Formats: sequence, structure tokens, C-alpha cells
Amino acid sequence: MNLWKKLLCYSRRKSPWLFHMNSGSCNGCDIELIAGLTPRYDAEQLGVKHEASPRHADIICISGPVTHTAVNAMKTVYGQVCHPKAVVAIGSCPASTNVFIDSRVLDGPLDRHIPVDVYVPGCPPRPDAILAGIAKAAEILAARAGQEAQPAAAPVAAEEEKA
Amino acid sequence: MNATTALLRMLVFPGILFAAPAAWFFLWIERKAMAALQQRIGPPFMQPFFDFVKLMGKQVPPREGLGGFLMKLWPVLAVAASAGAVGLLPVIPRSGGFPGDLVLLLSLLELPSMFIIAAGFSSRSLWGELGSSREAILSVSYNVVFLMAIIGIAASQHTFSLQALAQSQGSPLRWLGVLAILICLPAKLHMNPFSVTNAEQEIYAGPMTEYTGHELALWELAHGMEWVAATGLVATLIAPPLANPWMAGALFVVLSVAVVLVLTIVAAATARLTIDDSVRFFWRCALAFAVLGVSSVLLMRIKL
Repeated sequence: MNLWKKLLCYSRRKSPWLFHMNSGSCNGCDIELIAGLTPRYDAEQLGVKHEASPRHADIICISGPVTHTAVNAMKTVYGQVCHPKAVVAIGSCPASTNVFIDSRVLDGPLDRHIPVDVYVPGCPPRPDAILAGIAKAAEILAARAGQEAQPAAAPVAAEEEKA
Repeated sequence: MNATTALLRMLVFPGILFAAPAAWFFLWIERKAMAALQQRIGPPFMQPFFDFVKLMGKQVPPREGLGGFLMKLWPVLAVAASAGAVGLLPVIPRSGGFPGDLVLLLSLLELPSMFIIAAGFSSRSLWGELGSSREAILSVSYNVVFLMAIIGIAASQHTFSLQALAQSQGSPLRWLGVLAILICLPAKLHMNPFSVTNAEQEIYAGPMTEYTGHELALWELAHGMEWVAATGLVATLIAPPLANPWMAGALFVVLSVAVVLVLTIVAAATARLTIDDSVRFFWRCALAFAVLGVSSVLLMRIKL
């Protein structure tokens, strides 16, 4: 591994830019994600930037149990984020569809449609748990340096919620 | 100034080799100061550099045809124009320069914003086109005031040479002109309250919506160099003439950083104005003062 590759891996770990997508969430996880960017938690210390365009992003944060109407939009956004990319599923809904299980408006859970790298369970998860998940996703991004294809979904245990 | 020194100034100091780290440093200062004002810790020192390297290593979707070629071309041209603008700055006194370099500096400062307008339209994204049209409207408004302020300052000293302006003493009228330039700089650098062009989240990323990878990295670099050139222009105008070149260089950097801090405080304290309000502000409020400044300078030149 030459010097440029090492620098690139390090930079990827230090500069994860987020794109946040709501796939039918109740807005609880979205509020907690935004709370992670506020002065109390200050995600910018990790180099995190909340980007408005999926083209700029490295990490897609998806909340919500994936409704039928959200599936196509979600696949479009996943395709718009350029390689290398990682997906963080925020909350219990994208992991298991949570209390909405067996609902006829749902097409979840999330990993039926796109590969997920990090699950952050909780209803909603705490902002520090979300930030831990994003930091983990940034490490996965750095490890993905030479790879071309995205690996299959493999659940990664997120940081335990504080009581 | 002969060809060798011109090339050295363009490529080494204060041109692209010096301007790139300076651009990252200024971007970091802006983000760190914003974080401090919001009682956050903020990004680490090397953050803009890490962002640049990461974007350089990101894949770019295949772009075909003339549109794709133009999308690759605009960021390169923007970096070249802003690096040229930084190269003209008289960081060290008596390091060369030519009569009329102020005019060249102004045109090079104006080019990146034109490339941004072109970039938004050639990306063929709805949000890109919206952001570009906003940038076009805004640049027509603030540039009238900006140029009038510069003309007022240059006319009061009877020169269009940066070197001569840096060496001459300031007058009350020059401070009025510097104030007018400082009012225009947030619009030029897409900062609050005149950040309608890239209006984060509101119209996605404006003209930059479709850009990714090394193209976006070059845009960020060009933006940082615009910071260096624009704040350097203000530092040139307000710095008192010093004989020692090291002292003068250090004072130049300190003043530039001070201008960055002032602009960041303004950005942190204000919200985004709509495009109508921004245009109305420049044409109704700022233009009156700019006309007053230029006319008083011209009247003072009449010998009674």
C-alpha cells in the first residue's frame, strides 16, 4: 500500500459526509440525527458534514421502515452516491420494521433493497449511539478503499445504548 | 516584472503552491470560528485538507458529450482564475507588479462566479440551474457596488496599481470604500446573509448539486482561494505601509485572518435573505453610498 493510498484511507476516515434520507420514519430518529450535529454533541469534530446533495455524500443515513412509495426514491439516492459509500440504518425501523411489522404499506426491512453496513438500533437511538455508528461506517469506508463492488449486508452491532 | 518572476509569482509564491495551503487554512479558520461562535469544538486543523484528499479519491460518474467535458472544465478554470488572483496580491512590498494589476485582479476575482453560473447550467440539474440564475442575479447587484468602491479608492490615489495602493496612506474615503467592499464580500463568497446561491438544503447544493469527486474537490479549492484573494485585497487596502518585508508579510496574513473572522461573525449572526431582499439591499441601500463615495472622490479631484 503506497503513501497516497494510506493518506486516502486516513482522509476517508476523517471526513465522512452524510446524506440523510427518511423512508417513512416517524421523525423521531431524524430529530436525534440532527441533535448529533448540534453544539451538545458536535459531530463536526469527527469531520462529519451534513450534505444536501447525495452526490457529495459518503454515508447514507436512512431512517424509517421503508414504505412502498419510498423504495424507488431510496434506490435512486443509493445509486446517486458515488463509490466508496456506506449505509447506516438509523433506529429499529429499517432493521426490523419495528412496531409496523406486517403492515401492508411496508416493503421493509431496509436490507431487502440495499446493502446496509451499520445498524444503530433504538426507538429512537441516542445521538451518541448514532455518532458511534457513523464513526464505524467511516472506518468501513476506509477499509473499502481498493474494492469496487459493495459487499453484502452484514449486521454490525452498534454501540450499546446508555441506560 | 519579467516572465520568470511572473511565472514564479503565479506558481510558487503567492501563487498556487502557497495559495492551496492558505486556502485550506482559511476554510478551516472559517469553520472553526463558526463552531466557536456556536459553542462547539469544531473540525480538526487538517479538516479541509482531508476533505480535499477524500474527494480526490472518490469516483465520478461517467459524463459523456460536450456537457460532460464542460463539467470537467469549469472547476479547473475556476482554480486557475482564483490562483492567478492570489498570485497578483502584493504580500511582500516591492516584489513587483505592473500598472493596472488591480483591474486584472478584479476580473480574475469575477471569473469564478461566472464559472459557477456556467457550471450550474451545464450540470442540467434543476437545482443547479436555479442556483446559477440566483448567482447571476446576485452578481449583477453586488458587483456594481463592489466596482464603484474600488473605482472610488483607485481614483482617490490616482492609480490602478496594487503596489501603489498598498504603499499609500489611507484616507477617510478609503475606509468608506473598504466598508463597501466588506459589505459585498459575503455575497461574493456565498456567505450568510447573501448565501442564496448555494442555499444549503433549500435548493440542495445550488450549482454544485451534480458535482462529485475531484470536480467538487477543485471547486472547494477554488472557493478557498477566492477567500484568500478577496480577504487579501482588503488587507492590501487597509495595511499601513511597512519597510520591513517580513513584518509586512506577517501583517498581511494577520489582517486577512481578521477579515475572515469579521465575515464569519456576520455570517453566524445573520440568517439567509431571500434573493429579492438581497437584490433590494444592494440596489437601494448599498448603491447610494457607493455613488456618494465615487462622486465625492471625483469632486475632491477638482482643483479650485
